[in-house]
Amino acid sequence: MTLEITDLSFSYGDVTVLEGVDLTVASGEVVGLLGPNGSGKSTLLKSIHRIHEPDGGRIEIDGRDIEAFGPQELARAASYVPQHDDGAFPATVFETVLQGRRPHGGWSPSEADRAAVAEVLARLDLEQFATRRLGDLSGGQQQKVRFGRALVGDPSVMVLDEPTSALDLKHQLDVMELVSTHVRERDVAVVAALHDLNLASRYCDRIALLHDGEIHVVGPPEVLTPETVRTVYGVDVSVVHHGERRLIVPEAASKMDGTGEQARTQLETL
Amino acid sequence: MSTDRSSDLAGAASVRAHRESRRRKVAFLGGTTILLAVLWVIGVAVGSVSYPLEDVVTALAQRGPETQQLAVWHVRIPRVLAATIAGGGLAVAGAAMQSVLRNPLGAPYTLGISHAAAFGAAITIAVGTAGLEGSVLTLSVQTIGAFVGAMTATAAILLLVTYRDATPETLILTGVAIGSLFSAGLATIQYFATDAQVAEIVYWTFGDVSRAAWDEIGLMLAVFLFGLGYFVYNGWNYDVLDAGTETAQSLGVDVGSLRIRGMAVASLVTAVMISFVGIIGFVGLVAPHIVRMTIGGTERFLLPASALVGAALLVAADAFARTVISPIVLPVGIVTSFLGAPLFLYLTVKGRRYWG
Repeated sequence: MTLEITDLSFSYGDVTVLEGVDLTVASGEVVGLLGPNGSGKSTLLKSIHRIHEPDGGRIEIDGRDIEAFGPQELARAASYVPQHDDGAFPATVFETVLQGRRPHGGWSPSEADRAAVAEVLARLDLEQFATRRLGDLSGGQQQKVRFGRALVGDPSVMVLDEPTSALDLKHQLDVMELVSTHVRERDVAVVAALHDLNLASRYCDRIALLHDGEIHVVGPPEVLTPETVRTVYGVDVSVVHHGERRLIVPEAASKMDGTGEQARTQLETL
Repeated sequence: MSTDRSSDLAGAASVRAHRESRRRKVAFLGGTTILLAVLWVIGVAVGSVSYPLEDVVTALAQRGPETQQLAVWHVRIPRVLAATIAGGGLAVAGAAMQSVLRNPLGAPYTLGISHAAAFGAAITIAVGTAGLEGSVLTLSVQTIGAFVGAMTATAAILLLVTYRDATPETLILTGVAIGSLFSAGLATIQYFATDAQVAEIVYWTFGDVSRAAWDEIGLMLAVFLFGLGYFVYNGWNYDVLDAGTETAQSLGVDVGSLRIRGMAVASLVTAVMISFVGIIGFVGLVAPHIVRMTIGGTERFLLPASALVGAALLVAADAFARTVISPIVLPVGIVTSFLGAPLFLYLTVKGRRYWG
């Protein structure tokens, strides 16, 4: 058991964003955090790195409260891939991945840090871009580089905030493949905010559905049922079986008390 | 096994490519140092009276005609040194502010610090004649006034960074507001001042590297080296900060404190340079961008390289200022603005890509 979130609550002023959230992520497991915009996914993830300080509850990594970690120690234990970088001056690919070694090093990078970066670049098939500027790469490659930065420090927890939301279909699959391969190789605990229900079903071991700041349901991908999705997203979906896959097909935004059937007829009449 | 081996080799290749790009950066540092040395010699040799190189060498060895020795040791060398340190200091401060504020427009001039220094100096000129004439610790009252003014503007900006999650846009706009507030104050002082005082105020605002004497150069050098040392030592942290606020936080960097310390050190360096030599625009803005365009934006290289480029720019601009309409010596601040504006426009049009 690597990441354990207990009774976490958070509010911006009067607005409650998270309330009594419990979530555990074991080593070697990918947990997908799903929920509509504004449901508190990002806030929850940012609390793990103390980017946001929660109002109550506790977060433990390997059984130790994150409050007890020093900033660099916490950064070594858990890494983070942001939704997007807001930096003004993008560095080269090599330098970007090297940033991930900051919590390990002294004032300047060592040869060991550079060797670790080279190893990651080779593993992610990015070495030909080593001296290119990050901004010159495609969105998918940039995200791979950020993922490389997050794993170069060999953390036991990885936090991914919508790692695929800006990517095309192929890169979505690429990045998620990378994540699941890495998780199995290094026994990392991964929690990832995701929007695509099918991508989440395919790559996550468990799914947590966040609804109005609370965990509505958590469990294997099969917890994504027409009922749970309607409650959380307000969308009517059908579940279709395609080969061994279980696909979620959105039908229509649901009426307040509408059922899937009604929504479908509505769609046909339009 | 064979795939492992090939990936090892490929990994080594990326280290090699990275090492190659670092070598280019070191070569850039070396090249700029040589350029600066050449400019030093030119800077000492040229002026209202130009000396041939062998005369400069004899005077440096404290031989030859006494007037020549005096001119070299007490006029030319101090001003070349002052130009070097002021140019280097303003460039380091500009580079650091750009990183701290996440904005390619961050510079002492754009943040109103220069205007505040001018206001401070003007107050001492307008008020200081009544009995305050003289100096404290060998510093002129004007210098102290300019320093206090610059630090006041800095404090206002720092308060904003500390108590509000200030975006680069609000910071720049605040800088503009602070700048125009102090400009208004300056105009008010000039309106009520005597003709002689107005002339002195206007003269002060034209940055001029000939004002600093040996003692003052020592102080400038100490502050410059402190600032450069601080930023080089923290270079990796500023690299991480460049990646974005949340990324930096997730990597264990205390973003708030790093920003505030960076602004404080950069502003201190700026305030000291401006206090001694007056307002010199564009060096702090242009020098870091020249470096970013040529060797890329790694702070660990950017900061020392900007210092060298800034120093070379200001020494060259000063030599140009002394010769362009010789025997009249233009204040170097006018020259940097004339050269800096088109250079900056060029960088804006050509260089957009790298801060994308």
